[in-house]
Amino acid sequence: MATTEVERRRGQLAALSIAAVVIIVGVPLWWRTTETYRAWLPVSQIKELAKLQLQLSADVEVVFARGTVTPEQQKKVPLTQTQEEEHAIDEDTALRYRYETRYRTATIMEEDALNQPTAAEADLSLHTLSESPCGSLVVYVIPVSSSLLPEDVNVYIGQRRTALLRIGPQMRVGKTLEQLLAHLEPRIKQVLQVMSFSHTDITAALSDRVRFSPDNKESIADSMRAFKSSPGYEITFSLLNPDPKSHQLHWDIEGAVETYIQPLLTKLSPVANFSIDSQTLYYAMLGVNPRFDASRSAYTLNADSLAHVINPVEARLGSNAASSNPVLNFLLYVPDAHHSPLYIQGRKKQEVPSNAFHSPRWGGIMVYNVNGFYGSKTDFPVDININMAKVMGVFLAQLRLLLGVQSSTPPPGFLVAPCGSTGLADWELDRLMWSRSVENIATATTTITSLAQLLDQIGNIVINDNIAQQVSSAVTSLQLAVAELEAGNLGFALQYSKEAILASEKAFFDPSLLHLLYFPDDQKFAIYIPLFLPMCVPILLSLLKIVSEARQRRRDRKAKND
Amino acid sequence: MAAYRCSSPVWLFILCSFSVFIIAGSEETPVAQEQHANVPDNPQTAAETAEQTEKETGGAEERRWEGTEVRDAATQKQAEPVVLQSTPRPKDDFQEELVVRPLHSGDIYASFQFRTLWETDFMRGNKVSHYRLFPKSLGQVISKFSVRELHISFTQGYWRTMQWGQPYLPSPPGAELWVWFQDSVTDVDATWKELTNVLSGIFCASLNFIDSTNTVQPSASFKPLGIGNVTDHRFLRYATLPREIVCTENLTPWKKLLPCGSKAGLAVLLKSEKLFHSSFHSQAVHIRPVCQDWQCKTTSWELRQTLNVVFDLHNSGQGKREWSLFKMFSRTLTEACPLASSSKIYIDITDNPEGEHFELSPATSLLSQAMVLGDRRTFSVYDLTQQDTFGSVRSLNLLIRWKSTEGDMLRPLLHAERYVAGYGLQTGEIHTLMYNNHPYRSFPVLLLDSVPWYLRLYIHTLTVTSKGKDNKPSYIHYQPSKDRVRPHLLEMLVQLPPNSVTEVTVQFERALLKWTEYTPDPNHGFYVGSSVISSLVPSTVAMDTNSTQERPLFSSFFPCKEESSYFVRVYTEPLLVNLPTPDFSMPYNVICLTCTVVAVGYGSLYNLLTRSFQIEEPSPGLAKRIANVIRKMRGVPPL
Repeated sequence: MATTEVERRRGQLAALSIAAVVIIVGVPLWWRTTETYRAWLPVSQIKELAKLQLQLSADVEVVFARGTVTPEQQKKVPLTQTQEEEHAIDEDTALRYRYETRYRTATIMEEDALNQPTAAEADLSLHTLSESPCGSLVVYVIPVSSSLLPEDVNVYIGQRRTALLRIGPQMRVGKTLEQLLAHLEPRIKQVLQVMSFSHTDITAALSDRVRFSPDNKESIADSMRAFKSSPGYEITFSLLNPDPKSHQLHWDIEGAVETYIQPLLTKLSPVANFSIDSQTLYYAMLGVNPRFDASRSAYTLNADSLAHVINPVEARLGSNAASSNPVLNFLLYVPDAHHSPLYIQGRKKQEVPSNAFHSPRWGGIMVYNVNGFYGSKTDFPVDININMAKVMGVFLAQLRLLLGVQSSTPPPGFLVAPCGSTGLADWELDRLMWSRSVENIATATTTITSLAQLLDQIGNIVINDNIAQQVSSAVTSLQLAVAELEAGNLGFALQYSKEAILASEKAFFDPSLLHLLYFPDDQKFAIYIPLFLPMCVPILLSLLKIVSEARQRRRDRKAKND
Repeated sequence: MAAYRCSSPVWLFILCSFSVFIIAGSEETPVAQEQHANVPDNPQTAAETAEQTEKETGGAEERRWEGTEVRDAATQKQAEPVVLQSTPRPKDDFQEELVVRPLHSGDIYASFQFRTLWETDFMRGNKVSHYRLFPKSLGQVISKFSVRELHISFTQGYWRTMQWGQPYLPSPPGAELWVWFQDSVTDVDATWKELTNVLSGIFCASLNFIDSTNTVQPSASFKPLGIGNVTDHRFLRYATLPREIVCTENLTPWKKLLPCGSKAGLAVLLKSEKLFHSSFHSQAVHIRPVCQDWQCKTTSWELRQTLNVVFDLHNSGQGKREWSLFKMFSRTLTEACPLASSSKIYIDITDNPEGEHFELSPATSLLSQAMVLGDRRTFSVYDLTQQDTFGSVRSLNLLIRWKSTEGDMLRPLLHAERYVAGYGLQTGEIHTLMYNNHPYRSFPVLLLDSVPWYLRLYIHTLTVTSKGKDNKPSYIHYQPSKDRVRPHLLEMLVQLPPNSVTEVTVQFERALLKWTEYTPDPNHGFYVGSSVISSLVPSTVAMDTNSTQERPLFSSFFPCKEESSYFVRVYTEPLLVNLPTPDFSMPYNVICLTCTVVAVGYGSLYNLLTRSFQIEEPSPGLAKRIANVIRKMRGVPPL
């Protein structure tokens, strides 16, 4: 009897030790060998970024010209005021605007500049005196009697980062400085809305992060028009000649790009890189047959049918083989001799004066009628030199729209200086840079958080070191961009936000993330069951037996004690 | 490691051939001056031709020949200033051309060539981005990847040299791509990888399968065809995909590169349902820099798009031996491409000087002569830019009606075959046969073989024999393969004796692949690309790539210097080799089997270790147990 008891004891010990070996050696070994490599990701920092608290700081300098402040008021300036405004967009996103306004009186040289005969000259000479950094503004307060501005204009917005503000007539000399500042404040804010960021712009830029309820169609169309922020754009000009037998077209695209487009793009170079090319496409037809309008003896394209015009052309435009940046297409369509002249008709049946239209986030099309060149005798082909000034005027306007420059009309009483040879005022660039940095930050945070979420959800994905590195660098650049925005360094903020967006996209679209994505559980079981089932069943059974025996013994002992 | 054996004879050979060029060049009589002569075709040397032309000048017929280059140039010069006043002279030029050659086998060979010349300078680094006739997609590729020359071809079917003669532009079955990069490229392999991916997007082909395992750098076989003296083969990449299947999805993007698309000109004939219903179909794109004038002051890019088709009309036509444009392409021609400066159709009537073999309608009085592949051929020319070509019906439908079936073709001087010999799945032997059909001249050929790594060549078994004797190659460049990294590359310069067959054999061992390396249909076999036999190393002298000469396009692709030796490239058949193929459910079976064995062994061991053995009292019988159950139910103590 004792020997069987010893034997049983030995059997139990053996079973226990085998179970122990399986648990201590086997399971970790299996775990280690089948583990997917997942590099460390800065999850906590990503979680912080998911809750975005953006602060935009703008420096405003308000300069009082002679005759706007009394001597005792003058004693109190210079002084600095800070205003903050907070908006909660949704539960995860909050915006804070911080305006730091510094008040000072004009220097003698500035006074001289303000005594120029016209506002444009004053603007130029003020600019030469001091160059204000990117993202800041200077507002010159000029007396009521100043002859710089016409009668009905109260605010003049220059080509650079300066504005002239005429003090209200009710602000007679003698009021206190506080009253004066209280009078100026709403008007300066108005200037800021135009020349720097406005709340609508910034919220529109956040559209990647925040889903807005569509309030009206017009604003959606406005926000959809401009291209998404991208580190680079390809601009393609295409001349469509559907009828090379009748028309021999010549366009001096090289010269036109050099004179009209390049200055604008040079100015925009901090925002994105641009590359330009052009091509001529023959036998390229529009997708819609224009209707003949007998009353004008011309062909017309309806606004409703414009949506179908592009499709057949687009197949021939070709994508850029050399890069993956978004392409802005500008098409110049010369209608064939049998469908000429061709006019685009607006919704209210009136002719569109530019004879051009644009398609949101795609590009623009202009119809260029050449039947004026036919002359009395029509011997085809006709040699036609295209008037590039006319064409580029239209394309430039469309390009500005598509890039998101100039989206709001100035309030009444404002006079905006014409935008010079570069086609873009400094403050317009600033405006664009504000909204682009916010948009980049919004896009990059969304990309990074959704990537982190995806990696968290699907445990099978291998995270290589290079992806972890990209993610960390994206997170660092994002933090830097947010910090720079807070400090008001617009240029750096945009730079970092671009880096963030590049790194985050690279991480998100890395092909190595897809490798082990499909490894379904049923296949795993099919491989494991033949080994694990025969091994685990005896172990489990003997363990159960040991446990039940131990319990039985304890019960026996208790019964014996009782 | 590359083994350079006997490299000095190569240089000697190249030097010799240069001197031959120079001598021949001085004797050569310009083609344009022989307008009055009608030369029958035969395999002739330069000297013989000169003799024959002299003999036949007396009895020459009066025929109107195509406008000479001198007159054309003169008229151009007169016209130019007028044009300049109104509009700037376009910097690009487009020509289109179709050559039709009735083959002796009764088939029809149609060869389209479209050439776009663009006077620009990619080399000097200034970015060009404004395109007119040159397709933008290819221009971007050239400038982004710093390509000096690009040659790509897609071929369906195999060119039967023995039945059809030499093609104007040879190409191997499947896809072939070879690119010379500019010497400013630092990382050629990365650029090549990116370029193949972009090209596969442009041409809708699986060129993205080109990687280091099928890319080689030939040292001598593929020299630049355009200007430029770069011969450093570090900047050359060559790859073939013999398995590539060519179909309409490749033709559509190819047609999109043409300025007129398929809307006007010769390209209206390119209907895919007819083109792919043929014995042979090959489409290609060649880009190279060429000279604009004799002095080579200005350079320009030349884009040649070629499409070669062989129609098997004789066998499929309803007993009648005739063909027409409509029958071949289901279209007739109504106009030239308005952008083309020249648009011509050439019909090869060399074998039919008196109209005894076939009848051509509508007849044309315009004739042209050209040196093609060492042979003087006569062509009827239809100029589509002339309105009277189309006649009163305003459409051109060329018709050839055969009268007699006899006629023999000259055997091509050089052709080659290849096959795999051996049995079993372990070893084999590749045989390459090169035929020199010239009765008395021997000439050297360059043989290029690129064999995938999974056929392990035993290079010590390489033998070259002609006429039963060992033929020692004067130059061998061999680069052994590395498993899963690069293929074997074997280049040899072999002298082919006259009227002989030279056989190159090499043994190989078939490798066992990893199970993920097999194709989805492994039992189909694995393709080995064609061998390339180039019978003359093209010189890189700039003179011959200028474009001022008014020659038909099909005769002016490979630079050639003299009439007696011309450049020929011959591709052999691709090989289909079976590799040992495992059963692909095996991994799972092995897992299951080993698991079961382990489980059985483990189970018995476990039992031995944990069970305690003891004598058990015999259990009560079945009757007793049933009785006990019944007794229990009755409440009576069990037995």
